[in-house]
Formats: sequence, structure tokens, C-alpha cells
Amino acid sequence: MARIDLVDLAHSYGGNDAPQDSFALKPVTMTWRQGGAYALLGPSGCGKTTLLNVISGIITPSRGKILFDGEDITPLSTQKRNIAQVFQFPVIYDTMTVGQNLAFPLKNRGVPKVEIDKRVAEIGRLLDLEPYLNRKATRLTADAKQKISLGRGLVRSDVAAVLFDEPLTVIDPELKWQLRSKLKALHRELDLTMIYVTHDQTEALTFADTVVVMHDGRVVQSGTPAELFDKPAHTFVGYFIGSPGMNILPAEVRGREARIGGHVIALNRSYDKLPDGAKIEIGVRPEFVEAVAPAPGLLSAKIERVDDLGRIRFARARLGDAKLAARAPAGFTSPDGTAGLKFDPSHVHVYVDSLLVEGAA
Amino acid sequence: MDKTVNQKAWFLVLPVFLVVAFSAVLPLMTVVNYSMQDTFGNNQFFWNGVGWFKELLDPSTDLGGRFLASLGRNLFFSLVILAIEVPLGIVVALSMPRQGWTVAACLVILALPLLIPWNVVGTIWQIFGRPDIGLLGYVLNAIGIDYNYVSNEIDAWVTVIVMDVWHWTSLVALLCYAGLKSIPEAYYQAAQIDGASRWAVFKAIQLPKMNRVLLIAVLLRFMDSFMIYTEPFVVTGGGPGNSTTFVSIELVKIALGQFDLGKAAALSLVYNLIILIVCWIFYTVMTNAGAERKPQEGAA
Amino acid sequence: MTVTLDHVTRTVDGIPHIRDVSLTLESGTLNVLLGPTLSGKTSIMRLLAGLDKPTSGKLLVNGKDVTGVDVRQRSVAMVYQQFINYPSLSVYENIASPLRVQGKPRAEIEARVAEAARLLRLEPFLKRTPLQLSGGQQQRTAMARALVKGADLVLLDEPLANLDYKLREELRTELPRIFEASGAIFVYATTEPTEALLLGGNTVCMWEGKALQIGETPKVYRRPQTLRVAQVFSDPPLNLVGIEKKNGSVQYAGGIAAPASGLYSSLADGAYRVGFRAHQLALANGETDRHAFHATVTVTEITGSESFVHLTRDGSNWVAVLHGVHEFELGQTLDAVLDPNDVFVFDAADRLVAAPAIAFSSEVRSGSREENASTIKVS
Repeated sequence: MARIDLVDLAHSYGGNDAPQDSFALKPVTMTWRQGGAYALLGPSGCGKTTLLNVISGIITPSRGKILFDGEDITPLSTQKRNIAQVFQFPVIYDTMTVGQNLAFPLKNRGVPKVEIDKRVAEIGRLLDLEPYLNRKATRLTADAKQKISLGRGLVRSDVAAVLFDEPLTVIDPELKWQLRSKLKALHRELDLTMIYVTHDQTEALTFADTVVVMHDGRVVQSGTPAELFDKPAHTFVGYFIGSPGMNILPAEVRGREARIGGHVIALNRSYDKLPDGAKIEIGVRPEFVEAVAPAPGLLSAKIERVDDLGRIRFARARLGDAKLAARAPAGFTSPDGTAGLKFDPSHVHVYVDSLLVEGAA
Repeated sequence: MDKTVNQKAWFLVLPVFLVVAFSAVLPLMTVVNYSMQDTFGNNQFFWNGVGWFKELLDPSTDLGGRFLASLGRNLFFSLVILAIEVPLGIVVALSMPRQGWTVAACLVILALPLLIPWNVVGTIWQIFGRPDIGLLGYVLNAIGIDYNYVSNEIDAWVTVIVMDVWHWTSLVALLCYAGLKSIPEAYYQAAQIDGASRWAVFKAIQLPKMNRVLLIAVLLRFMDSFMIYTEPFVVTGGGPGNSTTFVSIELVKIALGQFDLGKAAALSLVYNLIILIVCWIFYTVMTNAGAERKPQEGAA
Repeated sequence: MTVTLDHVTRTVDGIPHIRDVSLTLESGTLNVLLGPTLSGKTSIMRLLAGLDKPTSGKLLVNGKDVTGVDVRQRSVAMVYQQFINYPSLSVYENIASPLRVQGKPRAEIEARVAEAARLLRLEPFLKRTPLQLSGGQQQRTAMARALVKGADLVLLDEPLANLDYKLREELRTELPRIFEASGAIFVYATTEPTEALLLGGNTVCMWEGKALQIGETPKVYRRPQTLRVAQVFSDPPLNLVGIEKKNGSVQYAGGIAAPASGLYSSLADGAYRVGFRAHQLALANGETDRHAFHATVTVTEITGSESFVHLTRDGSNWVAVLHGVHEFELGQTLDAVLDPNDVFVFDAADRLVAAPAIAFSSEVRSGSREENASTIKVS
């Protein structure tokens, strides 16, 4: 149970002198509060596992400090850091029963037997492992084994944080959401700081209060699921979160207007003095663009296809060289392959060099 | 067959059948033939039925006495070298580095004894242990230990055993090392995080994960030591007396020394049978151990 | 070309893998085999490829019986779930390999590889080896190899299952375009209803070795003939509630009575089961509608664009979907509201007796191509 501060933390596998562009983890400073549920989300190679390993002490960072409750623990070994970690693949001590597996971290630390039994029984109950406590762990399914690994991570009540490294990789899709909800419930019940690494947006958004999105070694946004959806701070977040991802269109922005190939899209806020020579783009989620019959004043686009997902339809449109997806309302048709696009101005964001810019009211 | 593929490919296997028939089945049948007969040279053979086999298993006869005594020596030898080489091999494997250039260096050093031809190993130790010109024998005698493998039975045994340990511990160590390498890094990290001691890591992770390679190591070392011939023959020639005469040495003595082809054939068949049975027992134990683990391995 | 399975059955070691399946595949069509794992999708593919022989029934190509003809004499290409490429060959050579086997002239190979690479956007990677590529690029290489072969029958067995979701999303939207460009028969196996909908074409709904329903994809989705088809073709799982109709009103299992409005009005008195997909269940607070239920939130799954709210009500589990990010407290009680005009009603034999009204044009094919997009109208 601890607040975690990352202070100017960075890591390069090539040493501190390597150019910063090559750092696996670029300098980051942030604070994670005690008892929070955090997710590190990003595609493979984005640096999320490096960050997790730096926190757990498997990797010593080339730069910066990690503080647990204000105390610098950067030089401490994994054992001394008082953290628990659950790995991608189940780690099971073959010769032990399920109960002994759960008790192992406590036994190693000399916790009294009465205390161990109580804690193992509680974790066994929370993870529905009670019927197996006296069985050998080797003969169980992958799901059950991963639950044991989870249990070993959660069994200690005094840990500073519990780290999860893509823990649901081996779980059957049908069981995934059950375990996800289980983890969420456990977080409520156990009052532990949890950090969850994944490349799966559903896992991250479902589990965490705060999602830290990483891209190319950098933290590009840290926010609630709603913030990531409504106001992506980086074009990558817009693309990565949501399916289909955000439409990113190169545009000229002046005042309350964005221009794409001569067409004007109204903006809700005013953008003046955008830097010259920078890459200016607007981003808008497909949910907030509507494909309708062509009409004067509407941006006209070529419709390539309409994807019917049953509960919603998306028109795949082309605007010059740019492609975008737009919601196709019930009854939308495009006999001649063109349509008008209606943008919701309150959800059109402006990005300069991929970063969100807040306009003036 | 539900497959739409035809079965002509079986013809391609035919040459292998022929080669196996000529190289294995026919010679074996010759041995079976000899084992039922007695000979006094001159290519004259007399039918003896199962007479040799009866004698072999009867300790009161000369043949049976020699066979059973050498069999006992052989079993004792195998047990002793297993008791030394397996724990020693595990210790060596555990103390090897897991990464870096030192890994390659260690592997080369370990592999060296394995690359030396068996009779050369015998010769090395034969000279090494001689009290007059051998470094080992000379030094031992110089510090007051009366060591002579030619005249003293215990010295001869110690020499043969130390030689085998020197020659073959590397194999056990290499197999164990391979087993250790196959343990995912996550296990060690998890154990670290769980606060496990060195001994707990060995007991809970390394030993269980080495189980299978250890079984293979035991099987290989047992079969090999049970069939041992060259090295002790070169060093001690089976002596002093018959003290280091193992089954294979006995067999050669009977077959080539006395030219008792019938007795030798019967002995080699029984010898063969023992090896096959032991092999089968090991195989069954190993596959059962594997089957037990199967369901979860598939799932993981 | 047409490929026909005629009352095909396949039994392995006494276990039926395929039970009496009949279907006809035409050139230039995309056929989706939709069903959960072990429903017989791969078995059908192996039969079509000629890798296995049916236990009974016939396999016809252009009306000619080819049951038992060697696979090498057929024009078939297959793409598997695992990315299978030659690791030591460059991407170019990987794609070219089937043409080299066929002994095509050099110029033709070059042209056809370039065409396939363009279609699958592999041009920048032609000189690399597969191991230097990402999973998506590797799978695209495998697909290019299958396409370049010019086979009459292309079989794809869950080709996107092992990819990251973003890649899956991108390839999914590109696949229909790739299929259209080729004139072959495509058979595409998937467990995911969304994938079937995106691909369009025809769908064969598989369950326990049987082809439950065969038809145009949007039609199978919107008119599942049986409860089982509706369940196979629903993700998240189909929500269910039992009803009893009597004297102009319906009594829902678990104790709510409502007037038999909407689709219920035309039902004869008796017991039915009502199925509704996640988006057919609305969530509200303090709803006064007569078709509203008190349900308890068990978890909210957020995918980014949508939130799936898992609920329990009277012992059954329901899922509702909301656009955008919405979070509910675990254990919170919500009102889950049904629209009596927007449900599927199944009789005691699990046959569909009422479904939301939709006008189908006879021209509906994929529902995804622009010229057809207009033909699905919600009346």
C-alpha cells in the first residue's frame, strides 16, 4: 500500500549515453495514488513492459528515481521492494498443492501459520479456488493455474503494489471477462495499488480507473477511459482507443474554421497563432461524423463501402487522399457513391504535431 | 483410411527393411543358433539345447558363478557412479553461468572429456595412476598413501569409478543445464518476488523442472555403465584377480579368450535381454511421468 | 465454377464431425463459415480442400463427382490461423513459390507477385524475410501466396485470429476489397459474428457439425430461423427471457406483465422465448415503460467506442451495449427496457416466429459494397 512517484524516470538498453530517441522508456514523471487501479496500455514495443520491470526492480533504470511513499527505492532489489507481480504465463510450483502455492510468498517471509491459513482461505474464496486448495497444482487447466498466479500476487496484504503483466493472455475468451470483473471486484475488496500492463484496450479500460497510454517509449496520455475517448491528447490515442479509431485529417486551421481541400468544417473553439510549418490535423471520432445525403454546405465525400456491424453502420469514405469512417444512420443510402459529411463541432479536435491543442472559448 | 492420399510411399521404406534385416536380424539369429550348441573348434558343433542358459543362471557351475559375480559387480558399479554423477552433475549445472561469454567457455570445458575416445580415456588414467611414472599414483604414494591399482582391489575400484566420474559427469551436467535453461525467466522472477530462498528455488522450481532430463540422464548413464568395457579393460584388464571384471569383459574372455562360442552366445543373449528389460522399465516410467504432465502442458 | 457438398457426413473414431451438410459455392462469392470452436468449420474446409474424404455423401465440382480425388490435382489454396511462410525465403520468394512450382515464366511471376503485393500492401517488404515482419505483415504474406496461386477455391481458416485487434480491424476492412478483385470461391471460417457481418457475402451458420442456416449474411443475421442460429450469430451472447401470452397481455418470466403490443400482438396464446441482442436492450433509470426490468450490474466492459454492461436479472445474464464510455457501479440496479417491436420471438420448438420488420431487397448480397449498401432499409 503505497503512493508511487516516478521522477524523471528513463531507461535505455544501450546505456545512458545512447541518443534519447533510442530510449526504450523516455523520461517520465508521474504519481500514482495509493489504492488506485492503473493500466499501462500500448502496442508491443511501446515500453510498457520496460516500465513495469523498472517498477518491479527487474531492470535498474538508467536515469531517474522511483519513490514508494516518498522513499527512494530505486537501488533496492526485487525482493526488498515489497511488491507482487503476476506474469503473462502461469507460474506454478509443480510439487505443491494449490494452497501451498498460495501460501508460498507468506511462508518465505515467516508469517505465522494462523495468519497464513486465514489469508490463503480468503484468497481461495475470492478466486473460487476453494475446491482445489488441497489438490496438486500441476493437473489444473491453464485458467485455474493463472488464477493461482493471481492469488499468489494478491495474498500479501502489505505489498506496495501488485503488478500484472498481460495476465489474461492464456485465458479462454469466454472466461476473460469473468476474470476481468473478478479482478475489478478484488481491487475494491483488497485496497491494493494495482498496475496492469496490456495491449488490449478492452482489458485496460475495463479494469483501470486511470489508463496510461504509451507509444514509442513515451507516455502520451494518462486519464480515465472517458477522457481517452472524448479528448485524446495525442493522435495515437485517438487511433488506438476505439474501434474504428479516430479519423485524423490534415487540415488548415484558422480561428473557428478548419479547411480541408477548400471545404470548411466549423470548430467549437477558436485556434489562433498555430505555429507555422507544424503538422496541423483535425481529429474526430467516427461516432461524431454522420454520413447523409449530399447537400450544399456539407463536406462532400466519396463513399467506398458501408460496413454493417448489425448494431451500427459505418460508411468508409474518401476525402481527396484521406480516408475516414463516418456513422451511417438508419436509412442512409448512397446510390451515386457520394455523401455529405456532418461533423459535430464539439467533438472535432485540433492537433499540432500530433499533440492536442486546446482552443480559446 | 479416410485420407485421399495413396500408400505407395511405403515402398520407399523397403531398402531400410532390407538393411536392418542384414545388419541386425541375421547376426542376431546366428547368435541364437550358437547359444544352443557347443563347439570344440574345427567348425564342429554339437546340439546343447538350453543347457548353457541353465548353467548361466546356476551359481554352482563355473559359467553361472562367473556370470552372476560379474553381473553383481556391474550393478554395484552402476549404482555407485549414478550416486556420484547425478548429484555432482546437478551441482555443476547449477553453478554454471546462465548468460554471457562464460557460458560458451564452460560448455567447451564440460564437453572436452566427452570428446575423448574411450580407449584413450583408459590409457590416460592407466598412466596417470601408475605409482612409478603416473602423476596421480606417484603423488599419492609420495604423501604416504599406499596406492596401487594393479595389486589392490579397492584401489582398482576407486580408479575405475573416479575415471568414469571424470569422463561422464559432464554429460549429466549438460543435460541438467539444458533442463535448467528451459525454465522461463518468469519463474525466477516470480520466486524472487515471492521472497523464496536459494534452497526454496531449487526445491520448488529447478528440481521439478529438471525431472525429465534427470530421468534421461539416469537412463543413459545406467545403460552406458552397465555395458562398460573399454575403459576398465584398458586400465585394469579386469583385475586384480577378477575384482573389476564386468559382464562385457567376462563375455570377451569367454568368447575370444576361451573361444567358447556357445557359452558366449548364451551369455550375450541374457545380457541383451537384461538391458532390454531395464530399458523398457525406464521407458515406461518416463512415458508415464510424461503422460501425467500432459494435460496441463497442453493447456499452458 | 461451382463446388457442391451433397449430403456430406464425416465421422472420425465414431465421433461425428460433420452431420449431413449440403451446400453449393459459386465462383466469385465469399462464403463465411460462422460457428464456435469445434462446430465443424475446419472439417468442412478440409473436405473442400480434399485433405479428408467424407464418410458418406459426395463432393462435386461443376457437377462432377471428385470425392477422393487427390488434393494435388485440385486448384485449392489455404491460409491458416498460424502464419505459415518459408522462413528462409524473402517475402517476394514466398509469394512467388506456388508459381515457381507451377513452372510459370519469369515475366508472369513478376507481374503476378507485384499484383498480389500491391493488393495486400506488401510492396515495401518484398526483400525482407518473414521473421523481420510483424504478425499482420506475415499473415498478409501468407494470404498473398494463396491469392497469387490463382486457385479456384481459396480457404481461409480464421486467418485473423492471432493478430492484434488494431491489425485485425485494418485487415478486416481490406479483405472484402481483396476478395472482390479475385474471381475465386472464397471460404472464410470465423468464430466472430462481427467479422462475418463485415465480410458480407453468404454465411453458413455452423453448430455441432451441422449447417444450421445458409444465406446472405445480413439476412441470416436479421432472420435467424432458429434460436441456435441467433445465438451463434450474436456477440455478446444473445439475451433471453421467457414469456407467456394470454388474453392480450404478456407475462415475462420473473414476474412482469405488459400489454401484448408490437410483435407480441400477432402471437397466438402460449409460451415463447424472447431473444434480443445487446443493442436491443436499452438502459435507463426510473423508466416507467411496461417492458422494463430491474437488473443488477455485474461488470461494465469498455472497449473504447462502446461499453458493454453485463447484468443479472432473475437468474439470467444479460448484456446491453452503450455507445461511448459509460461506467456503472458493480451491484447498481438499472432499468433494462425492451422494445416490443425490436425482439426475436421463438416458439416452444425454438423456431423464429416474429422478428423486427426489415425490408429485404432481392439484390442484397454483401451489404457492404457501395452499390448494395442502399438495399438494406429499415422500415
